[in-house]
Amino acid sequence: MMKRNVLGLCLFATLAGQVDAETVFVTLEKDNALAVVDPIDGKLLKTVPVGQRPRGISISPDYKYLYIATSDDNTIKIIDANSLKEVGKLPSGEDPETFALNPAGDRMYVSNEDDSMVTVIDVAKKKAIKQIKVGVEPEGITVSPDNKWVISASETTNMLHWIDTKTSDITDNTLVDPRPRALGFTADSRQLWVTSEMAGTLMILDANTRQLLKTVKFAAQGVTADKIQPVGVVIDKERKRGYVALGPANRVAVVNAQTFEVEKYLLVGQRVWNLAFSPDQKRLYTTNGVSNDISIIDLDEQKVTKSIAVGTYPWGVAVKP
Amino acid sequence: MRSINLFFQLIVKFLLLTQLVTAGTVYAASSKAKQIINIAYLTQEQAPPAALSNLDPFIKDKGLPGAELGVADNNTTGQFTNQQFVLKAFIVPLDGNIIETFDKNIAGHYQFVVANLPAAELQKLADLPSAKPTVLFDVATTDDELRNGQCRSNVLHLLPSRAMRADALAQYMMKKRWSKWFLVVGPNPEDRLYADAIKRAAKRFGMKVVAEKAWEHTFDARRTAQSDVAVFTQVDDYDVLVVADEQGLFGEYLDYRTWLSRPVIGTQGLIATGWHKTHEQWGAVQMQNRFKDKVGRWMEEQDYGAYLAARAIGEAATRTKSNEFKPVKDYLVSDQFALQGYKGNPLSFRSWDGQLRQPVLLSAPRSQVAVAPIEGFLHPKTELDTLGYDQPESQCQWSK
Repeated sequence: MMKRNVLGLCLFATLAGQVDAETVFVTLEKDNALAVVDPIDGKLLKTVPVGQRPRGISISPDYKYLYIATSDDNTIKIIDANSLKEVGKLPSGEDPETFALNPAGDRMYVSNEDDSMVTVIDVAKKKAIKQIKVGVEPEGITVSPDNKWVISASETTNMLHWIDTKTSDITDNTLVDPRPRALGFTADSRQLWVTSEMAGTLMILDANTRQLLKTVKFAAQGVTADKIQPVGVVIDKERKRGYVALGPANRVAVVNAQTFEVEKYLLVGQRVWNLAFSPDQKRLYTTNGVSNDISIIDLDEQKVTKSIAVGTYPWGVAVKP
Repeated sequence: MRSINLFFQLIVKFLLLTQLVTAGTVYAASSKAKQIINIAYLTQEQAPPAALSNLDPFIKDKGLPGAELGVADNNTTGQFTNQQFVLKAFIVPLDGNIIETFDKNIAGHYQFVVANLPAAELQKLADLPSAKPTVLFDVATTDDELRNGQCRSNVLHLLPSRAMRADALAQYMMKKRWSKWFLVVGPNPEDRLYADAIKRAAKRFGMKVVAEKAWEHTFDARRTAQSDVAVFTQVDDYDVLVVADEQGLFGEYLDYRTWLSRPVIGTQGLIATGWHKTHEQWGAVQMQNRFKDKVGRWMEEQDYGAYLAARAIGEAATRTKSNEFKPVKDYLVSDQFALQGYKGNPLSFRSWDGQLRQPVLLSAPRSQVAVAPIEGFLHPKTELDTLGYDQPESQCQWSK
């Protein structure tokens, strides 16, 4: 129903000289499939089978390949981002859920939750080159944009493990609020943002000193504290704002990335889980695990403009320009 | 409904919490000597009870594998914090003496004791002068009395009390509008206690026990249940049959055999429990898998309790960087303590009676029906405190 100009995208489309053809990929945990969405038209284009229980998803820096953790197949599949055909597999270890690529896209770091390990994969050779022992139930994992650090968060140990990318060894461990879930670096690699599902908090750490700068406690009106379970976190390139998915609180928190004040809570779909920016960072896409849709947030307006039904248990999201 | 007092406490606790968040402590990988945290596990061998059917084998070691897994998890953390957790199990033979074992092997050597013992034995242990400087982690009892008039300051209770279980069932029945209950009580003193908790819950949530009967038929009813139960259940109309049969002597025979077509809840049918094999939300499936891979059977409630006990010690020792009694115990019962228990909410100990506050699972044999607190039951502090004895109702005196 909503016209494109209402979305404030008209100008951008005109400047680009053509309609922006960006594509959003969403893994559907229960449907064993990948949803392909045109977010500008707000349409689900198609749904492609990808393997058993797909969860974590990432796109290569050249946007040619999608990497999808198909947990019940115990592998990470390589999918051609244009043809959507499977072109290979990576040896992820058992039950892969989350993983992170380095900026060059030649190394992948996979959390092996049941084995308390992080597996390092040489992407070109499709080989596991190292396993790093970490805490109990590692989940959230990220690589700093300057490729200095890999951070693995273990949910039951409540710890961040600082892995030096040069040696693939742990050089430091930081105890954080209970059940850390997701991590994100600022574009300048100076800050690490970490969500705690149990404490309902966002912790912001200085990456050099590895000391806590601030703990942000979320409290949205009309939502009990128990329901606020922060998961996905992303920060924009200019470090103006960060966005945190609050799980069963059905909201995305907008955090001022300079003052660390919570500016707003945006109501999205049910059990909001993971987040991804559009390439121009004008929109934010959220996967909503219980309402089976994605929400689109216009970041200039700071408003939810659309929700698109995608399939059962949408989990991860990746965007191709 | 709630006193103003509670509201003030809430505000004070919130202020404390915001000040005391201790995240961000940095642990450097270092080579100095490890700090050792010793944990004892104390239980007594059990005689296998009479089998109701041949389906469920008797499990001899309920509890211990949970403590072992918890300690293993602690040690995975410990490799980064330079702490080592050591578990020693003391299993008293059937004809052995628990108190003697405690005095001889545990007192003076261990300050953290995971106790998988019946209520009477636990009380005797807690009252020993030699047990004063210890924390006893009770992973077996559900007695409300041990959390009220007979509470002891050196005991923490890991499993939900009978009152918490009954309240969980009552909340769900209220949601279903099944307000007329037919209570069937077994022959053991524990069954009577369970029935008392059910009656308390009925009153609390505005339900009515419209009929109550004691089961007096045979306890090996494999052949006669069809006729016995039909006759036994001819009472005035009711919505749901609530059975109090903790040992499982006859409860399983009620379902599908009642005179009227009514569901069975309580100790059989739809049960209220701390842990169940059908539970898989909030990462529980990982826990179930890890336990099954290690032990070769499903995790039972006592295993879960013992796992949580070990993890609670681990969490407190890690956060306080201590292996000493006072800081660890203080942290355990503080507002900062938050334990991840695979049930969505962070778990913590109630300051007024040492009960672990936690969601209660409502489980059918092969599916999870609900998790209490049921949505809509509100509380000014945490909805978890809608289950069991809340602070104003508690008769426990030790914290005052």
